[in-house]
Amino acid sequence: MALTIGVPRETLAGEKRVATVPEVVEKLIKLGFAVAIESGAGAAANCDDESYRAVGAQVIDGAAALWAASDIVFKVGVPTSDEVGLLREGGTLIGFVWPAQNPELMQQLAARKATVLAIDSLPRQLSRAQKMDALTSQAGVAGYRAVIEAANAFGRFFNGQITAAGKVPPAKVFIAGAGVAGLAAIGTAASLGAIVRANDTRAEVADQVVSLGGEFVKVDYEEEGSGGGGYAKVMSEGFLQAQREMYAKQAREVDIIITTALIPGKPAPRLITAEMVQSMKPGSVIVDMAAERGGNCELSEAGKTVVKHGVTIVGYTDLNSRLAKQSSTLYATNLFRLSEELCKTKDGIIDVNMEDDAIRGLTVIKEGSITWPPPPLKQAAAPAKPAAAPVVQAKKGHGHGAASEPMAGNKLAIMFAVSAVLFWFVGANAPAAFLAHFTVFVLACFVGYMVVWNVTPALHTPLMSVTNAISSIICIGALVQIAPPLAGGLPPDPWIRWLAVGGIALTAVNMFGGFAVTQRMLDMFRK
Amino acid sequence: MSGNLATVSYIGAIILFILSLGGLSNPETSRRGNLYGMIGMTIAVLATVFGPRVTAAGMPWIIGSMVVGGAIGLYAAKVVKMTQMPELVALMHSLVGLAACLVGFASYIDTSAPLTGAEKTIHELEIYVGILIGAVTFSGSLIAFGKLNGKIGGSPMLLPGRHWMNLAGLLVVIWFGGEFIRSHSISDGMLPLIVMTAIALLFGIHMVMAIGGADMPVVVSMLNSYSGWAAAATGFMLSNDLLIVVGALVGSSGAILSYIMCKAMNRSFISVIAGGFGTGGGTPAPKGEAAAPAGEVVPISATETAELLKDAKSVIIVPGYGMAVAQAQHTVYEITKHLREKGVNIRFGIHPVAGRMPGHMNVLLAEAKVPYDIVMEMDELNDDFPTTDVAMVIGANDIVNPAAQDDPTSPIAGMPVLEVWKAKTSIVMKRSMASGYAGVDNPLFYKENNRMLFGDAKKMLDEVLVALKS
Repeated sequence: MALTIGVPRETLAGEKRVATVPEVVEKLIKLGFAVAIESGAGAAANCDDESYRAVGAQVIDGAAALWAASDIVFKVGVPTSDEVGLLREGGTLIGFVWPAQNPELMQQLAARKATVLAIDSLPRQLSRAQKMDALTSQAGVAGYRAVIEAANAFGRFFNGQITAAGKVPPAKVFIAGAGVAGLAAIGTAASLGAIVRANDTRAEVADQVVSLGGEFVKVDYEEEGSGGGGYAKVMSEGFLQAQREMYAKQAREVDIIITTALIPGKPAPRLITAEMVQSMKPGSVIVDMAAERGGNCELSEAGKTVVKHGVTIVGYTDLNSRLAKQSSTLYATNLFRLSEELCKTKDGIIDVNMEDDAIRGLTVIKEGSITWPPPPLKQAAAPAKPAAAPVVQAKKGHGHGAASEPMAGNKLAIMFAVSAVLFWFVGANAPAAFLAHFTVFVLACFVGYMVVWNVTPALHTPLMSVTNAISSIICIGALVQIAPPLAGGLPPDPWIRWLAVGGIALTAVNMFGGFAVTQRMLDMFRK
Repeated sequence: MSGNLATVSYIGAIILFILSLGGLSNPETSRRGNLYGMIGMTIAVLATVFGPRVTAAGMPWIIGSMVVGGAIGLYAAKVVKMTQMPELVALMHSLVGLAACLVGFASYIDTSAPLTGAEKTIHELEIYVGILIGAVTFSGSLIAFGKLNGKIGGSPMLLPGRHWMNLAGLLVVIWFGGEFIRSHSISDGMLPLIVMTAIALLFGIHMVMAIGGADMPVVVSMLNSYSGWAAAATGFMLSNDLLIVVGALVGSSGAILSYIMCKAMNRSFISVIAGGFGTGGGTPAPKGEAAAPAGEVVPISATETAELLKDAKSVIIVPGYGMAVAQAQHTVYEITKHLREKGVNIRFGIHPVAGRMPGHMNVLLAEAKVPYDIVMEMDELNDDFPTTDVAMVIGANDIVNPAAQDDPTSPIAGMPVLEVWKAKTSIVMKRSMASGYAGVDNPLFYKENNRMLFGDAKKMLDEVLVALKS
């Protein structure tokens, strides 16, 4: 018996998103599910009932009837206690839950013997979880919208223009925090033609900022701010001081500031003080994307746009609803990807597999028992290191041996000790004639070492064939044996001659063949 | 020609050989470098032939054998295909090894310069070691040749207790070495010498048999190195500084190449020689959940590939051994030429171990007339992938595997790779979904921005070219 996925209308005031869209309903039905939609659920996101019906969904009037008909409920907003009351006993709920912030809700849901998958609890560091990452997809939309809101409130062009009447300078935008939302904002602002600068406590995002057309502004202080799971951590006092100076400087220079800084489980960091706002040019705009969590700007007010000291401060907390169709489509796709993971058999039956790291992280309540927080992921922190290591190696490259890291002291000492013993052994036992040759040998090894490190990797094959040709110098050995001046009048052993003839013939193959093939190859290397 | 004159000529030859290797630092100077090498060789041979140690009686023999060998060599150099270069090089290594053995035996039989005491011991030790290295080089190179050629299966042959067998072989060789040095007459010494040669030959076979196909770059450069050491040992044996210097040059060159290759695979030299992949620490650790690739493989057609290439501003092509097998380099060049005319910034990214010997890809692309200034090393363009529109992987797998960076439990973890997945779109050309040589599944194939173009590389690229031109 295939399960029914129900999508109720969002009840929170101002929430315009819907948990699935007609394009995705089609795919869910292909997975074997039946889909039911509450009448009017998608209206605010430009998805009318008719469009859902057209792709095979059942449209049900009234929330109570819908919840009753659904085995699995897809939601966007955190469910209210009324909604929990509607959830079928033993049913499944998928949506934002924020278990850490909503302990009472968790208790209520557990009492309903429900299975709850909190999309906000996804282990984001798993690469295969990215396709289900609703936080990322929603943050991306919000970042885009933040720039649009800023452009709306800003009285000038974003891009610089040279008109017949004169020159218009481009707007300068500063983006605090280069997470998903910040990066989306950087990309959007840059494509509108603004000069974009951005900062983040995590130094590793600098490349991403630059790749999107932004300029990374460094804080003049050494500290690494990666806190795991893609979030930043709280920084030291010295760092904060340097950071404040940098923000104050940016505030004086730029026209638009967009702040996106969040630290998990803590109030948003206060980045923009009242004095900084005061120092901005009149007509400037601040968009505070963290307004809901206390705001990055001292003067922002959650959910409102205010004008203070001539600066427009946008504190909307519903940026996603302001782009409802896009947010809904992406969110619906995230949930669809999750459904795929839950229903690998494509028969419309879900399997909440607690062995699967991604599913385990998502599942906060399993059949009435609270399973949150999940155990820490195996090797959750490890991937960060190998990712960094190859970069270091890559820098070595070719060139001179000296470019590699200096050897560890004790290793070096051992090497010197071993060589000293070897040299002593040779010196104590070998005759003088051998030592002369030995000197030549060791020096030649070093010459070879120096010369060969300078060979460009592109020519490694010719290098091998030319060294091959050169090693046919062994020929000399055979040449001196073939007909040496007679010692003591005895003719040489005929065996020696035949061995030498064979040696000469073999080395001649190498000598001529090696040089010829090298020449042939080198002639092909053309600009 | 007097002995001193011959010695001075040798010094001249040495300088020319060093200049010859030095010339290879740049394709522009490399042709002159090769010329230096030829001149050096000519000087060395002539100085010896007309020097005090060769009498006129040997002339017919010398000329005869030179002409025969030279003709074979020139013929081989002329007909060899560039895709077969690794085979040719391996075969030539075996010749050097065999020659070293022959010279060693001849030198042992030769009684014209009687030695006594420590000098005799050292001389015999030199002969013993020289033949040992020569024999290992000879048989090892022959097996490498067979493997590269496909005459011998590419998969590693792992005998049970193979390390113990090698160790036993080594002990026997050392023991017979003692016997050999203690022997009083040539006929007494012959038996230990022949037994040792046989063991060395078997050891060479065994060593290379245990090494898998994609480790071949290391093996070929290692044998290159051995052939140098064999020459150096011969030099000691004959008290000839020219041989010692050249042997040391070649030996260290091969050793450096082996080192670079190992570095590029993030493997230690020992583990490559010990054979097999991932066999050092038992079977690869079971991959964590994070490693199991999830997601869909998205196939793409040749026409769609052409569309993507047409729209791209910058393209990076990453060739691998598959391109050599399919002989697709000429089609690749045609596509490159077409796109360059359209103003597309097209470049090639070469991983150090792409192909079956160091620099193999560079030679193939050069043969197809791809200008060498758009053929880059991995380190030169790895940072450019994020700004690249299309990254095309032709017949490569492990060298573009993101698991090397993301998954610490992967057998290839830590190996430097070309970060093609950072490009806007990556296209992987492959015959099927089979995993690469390392037997590691490639998460790249499942990435959202990756497309798979299945089929024979040459055939598919021809179709892409047709679609591009239409």
